[in-house]
Amino acid sequence: MANKKYNVKNYLRERFFPHIWCPGCGHGIVLGSLLRAVEELELDPTNTVMTSGIGCSARISGYVNFHSLHTIHGRALAFATGVKLAKPKLNLIVPMGDGDALAIGGNHFIHAARRNIDITAIVMNNKIYGMTGGQFSPLTGYGQKATTAPYSTIDNEFDVVKLSKAAGASFVARSTTFHATESIDFIKRAISHKGFSVVEIFSQCPTHYGRKNKKGDAANMMENYKNSTVPIGSKKLEKDPSLIERGVFVDNDQAPEYCDEYEKIIQVASKGRA
Amino acid sequence: MGKLKLKEHLINRDWCKGCGICVHFCPKQVLELDDKEKVIAVRKEDCIRCKLCELRCPDLAIEIITQKEDEDE
Repeated sequence: MANKKYNVKNYLRERFFPHIWCPGCGHGIVLGSLLRAVEELELDPTNTVMTSGIGCSARISGYVNFHSLHTIHGRALAFATGVKLAKPKLNLIVPMGDGDALAIGGNHFIHAARRNIDITAIVMNNKIYGMTGGQFSPLTGYGQKATTAPYSTIDNEFDVVKLSKAAGASFVARSTTFHATESIDFIKRAISHKGFSVVEIFSQCPTHYGRKNKKGDAANMMENYKNSTVPIGSKKLEKDPSLIERGVFVDNDQAPEYCDEYEKIIQVASKGRA
Repeated sequence: MGKLKLKEHLINRDWCKGCGICVHFCPKQVLELDDKEKVIAVRKEDCIRCKLCELRCPDLAIEIITQKEDEDE
């Protein structure tokens, strides 16, 4: 690996390690997958910007050696949109937690998808608000337990894939922390894709979600991801429709990208000027 | 090009939090947690360099270092 231009460790701010995440937290695995994807794409850290909101997942922007903005809760995509429109050549990566992306930042999420602006959103779905003590999020799901739902929640959850697809994202994929090599591949494709890309990665929270719902330790939760997910269109789905599909759901290169369209408007508007 | 062989399991004991994910998923039971709840490679000779521990370590604390078979140590 020595002949590579960049190395995974070069993208890390090692002075902040060991990181703040709990033992077994899936977010560290997502960070590893993201760094390996960035390394394989040989992205230049000086041309890469990461914006994040608030939450366990958002701490990721402090650990990577890109330009990073740790912004306000749910508004990471709004800041990313601003950065991208000002400098369309930059690569924008936005890691978000489930609550940050779809509760607090729900509107920013659907509108960024609608505009199809060239940003890569990584939704690290641990089904809980970990940092604030285990409150249920819009992805916790009916019948699950949380600190604020000791007798189980009565809220239904969002399906990130269907939501992003309907909102207009031009690349949508889903994977889990168990499937680390698959995650690397999806993140690579999402970053290379021109347009709004969403990669949902199931990430275990053994401290809150796991403990409240008796899912065992981190390794058991990952085993559970292996057993409860299947590749898109698997025959196992016919027998057990409760299985969750993994894979690339949307990959549309034809959809017009927002910055390109904006550039065209600039050209039209400045016609006739010296 | 010689075949790749294992050089060492590079384990960063300051970063390891002893979650046991690598121990659980190692297909050859190479890794164990010691009395300080940090991972150690106890059966290095069984390692097949699949790197599943490296890919799934949430603390980025383990790295499998390989070298070509014909290279000296």
